[in-house]
Amino acid sequence: MMEMIVDGLSWLLLAGGGFFVLVGGVGVIRMPDLYTRIHAASVTETLGTMLILIGLMLHSGWELATFKLLAILVFLLFTGPVSSYALGNTALLGGLKPELGSQDPSKEGRDL
Amino acid sequence: MLIAAGLAILVAMVMATIRGLKGPTIYDRILAMNMFGTKTVLFVAVVAYLYERPDFLDLALAYALINFIGVLAVLQFFQNREARQAARTAQAVPLSGGEQDGASS
Repeated sequence: MMEMIVDGLSWLLLAGGGFFVLVGGVGVIRMPDLYTRIHAASVTETLGTMLILIGLMLHSGWELATFKLLAILVFLLFTGPVSSYALGNTALLGGLKPELGSQDPSKEGRDL
Repeated sequence: MLIAAGLAILVAMVMATIRGLKGPTIYDRILAMNMFGTKTVLFVAVVAYLYERPDFLDLALAYALINFIGVLAVLQFFQNREARQAARTAQAVPLSGGEQDGASS
């Protein structure tokens, strides 16, 4: 009984992780601007990673591999936002302006 | 379900590759590279359980480390390149030379 619950939970988490990874991929293609694309990619790097790796942890049970998965998860959760931040910072320093999708002409080209 | 997650990750990798090939700026390509690397880590972890060989997780961990350092190194390179170009254009104008280099690094 308990095993069935853990298995179902693992499936659910893996399916959710796959869904969010797909959504992030679609966002990376369809978003209009680099900064919005960073947002879409960050979804896959934190939420998708978390769901898939926790699903794999439940799938594996208590083993050494679980702790390896935990190490991968912790490392990716630290480095994903850091590299997203570094990318956005470098793009902003490099003079790439965000595309502000405002209909109001007075807000056009607002300085950040 | 492992196969479905692996396929989803593969499709996301293809999408990241499309963005990397299309990307109008350098930063889009770097973003695609970073996303592709993270997806590779996830894919290796899924494949390790798909083929029942959890030893592959070590590869995933090593790849995560290398990917992070690589992305930061590439970003630092392009940031330095922009600072050098700004310094060069500032040197062309004789009024404001020299100062740009220290301020932008």
